[in-house]
Amino acid sequence: MSELLELTAARAAECVRAGELSPAEIFSAYRERAEADDLGAFLWLPEEPPRPAAATTSADPPLGGVPLAVKDIFCVEGAPTTAGSRILDGYRPPYTATPVERLAAAGAPMLGKTNMDEFAMGSSNENSAYMPVRNPWSPDRVPGGSSGGSAAAVAAGLAPWSIGTDTGGSIRQPASLCGLVGLKPTYGAVSRYGMIAFASSLDQCGPITRDVTDAALLLRHLVAGRRDPCDSTSVDFPEEIELPSSHDLGGLRVGVVPELSEAATIDAGVKAVFDAALERIEELGGGVEEISLPHSEHGLSAYYVLAPAEASANLSRYDGVRFGLRSGDGDLLSLYERTRAEGFGDEVKRRIMLGTYALSSGYYEAYYGRAQRVRTKIAEDFRAAFERVDLVVTPTSPSVAFRLGERTADPMAMYMSDYCTVPMSLAGLPAVSIPAGLSEDLPVGLQITGPAFTENRILAAAHALERAFGFDSSPARRPAAAAPGR
Amino acid sequence: MIDREQVLHVARLARLELTDAEVERMARELSGILDHLERIVELDLDHVEPTSHVVALENVLRPDEPRPSLARERALAGAPDATDSGFRVPSPGAAAANGS
Repeated sequence: MSELLELTAARAAECVRAGELSPAEIFSAYRERAEADDLGAFLWLPEEPPRPAAATTSADPPLGGVPLAVKDIFCVEGAPTTAGSRILDGYRPPYTATPVERLAAAGAPMLGKTNMDEFAMGSSNENSAYMPVRNPWSPDRVPGGSSGGSAAAVAAGLAPWSIGTDTGGSIRQPASLCGLVGLKPTYGAVSRYGMIAFASSLDQCGPITRDVTDAALLLRHLVAGRRDPCDSTSVDFPEEIELPSSHDLGGLRVGVVPELSEAATIDAGVKAVFDAALERIEELGGGVEEISLPHSEHGLSAYYVLAPAEASANLSRYDGVRFGLRSGDGDLLSLYERTRAEGFGDEVKRRIMLGTYALSSGYYEAYYGRAQRVRTKIAEDFRAAFERVDLVVTPTSPSVAFRLGERTADPMAMYMSDYCTVPMSLAGLPAVSIPAGLSEDLPVGLQITGPAFTENRILAAAHALERAFGFDSSPARRPAAAAPGR
Repeated sequence: MIDREQVLHVARLARLELTDAEVERMARELSGILDHLERIVELDLDHVEPTSHVVALENVLRPDEPRPSLARERALAGAPDATDSGFRVPSPGAAAANGS
């Protein structure tokens, strides 16, 4: 049984197809692990596990019945869906999100719903209204956020693979802090239908997995070659996602961005792992050259205007009328105000206030308008860079996993976690984080970005580098698992 | 800098009831965040077009064909207070009647 849990999801699916394992065996092994979760990774497990093959459309589904941990931001018909918020306590959606439906149809049934920062706002998972999540590498540290539950579940071997969402880094940063692979696809590649909205022009769904092959396999079935008519911003992915097999970076030009990788906010230990990664890139035949993204240092400022502004509009739907919590008595206005006061946590209130301020009369042009123009400049910077290079690499997170409580008192310090990931989000570009090594015995992620719809190129490079780094993401190799109580 | 009055004004726009302690804290925290964000005010952006959406899409339409939508009882199932045909809320006029 413990050998089963050591398999990557793609390998487990192969074993199912070869008749060496049954989907039911895999499901119950992970179900047992998930029930014993002591990290706060899961918010909900179905009472009766679904029959693994129930949702699939074929007798021999490509994902082999290997179950999927689903971030609690995805609506699943009849299953509690809270987005980590009290305001949706008890909500059971009447329909299922397209990404969950597509993966179930391909043979990855839902294992359970994972914990997250409330409405995906946060970089530590401490903004969950239910409980914080602990990092399996070191239980007194955060797993990152907002998809912290999805990352912790996979890193601890409570789930074989997972999906999360990324608005400014919410897949990549927790993947980095938990020693996993996390991919944010090109904006529009994956349907947002049924994914509870935070900032609609930025939100994307993507995989968090133990290795690059697992990420490619999930992405293949998430994009599935056709746009979703239920999401007008989704687009046809121009090619099939390949399972990467590349062992070198022959001829690829790789750009390094001093504005990001040499910023004062990058910890020395992270920088050392990043510099070593650049050497590996050259050893694998990649050409490393310096490029400039002159506006990327303003990405964070633009992001923290645009995302809260969009959030303040999206979250207006939580008013105690159609679903979720209702509070207050007397008139309609006090029902709205009281419900929202009781239902939302501190960070969500802060962002609603920030966004409402940025959109309010007299300030709109100074903040929102300017932030949209910075967004244009950042996208132009990337376009110019990709005339010269094929890929851009940066550290994913400025630091390794930090301690629980360390940044909760200072919103700006928490926001700095997104320094290297927001520019790609603003430009709508695909980016993957892969574990590149350790600093302070904790994982450090390398972020690889390419032009829109170059997921195959990014995954091929990530695959070659993954082999070169030799990072072992299997749960048994975690210090916490090897030495319980550490 | 954001003062108490501005916080209360914005909270009203956002339909958020804040406690006195929250108003104080919000004024301090929002001022701190805006200080940082104000760095973009220094940039020369006069002739730059704003980006609201990264993918060039226009008029995504579907055929205008009638089809079943979510059944009414399912749409109402999650409501804190529903009638057979809709969501029940207190009268907006109750505010004036209460004098609040």
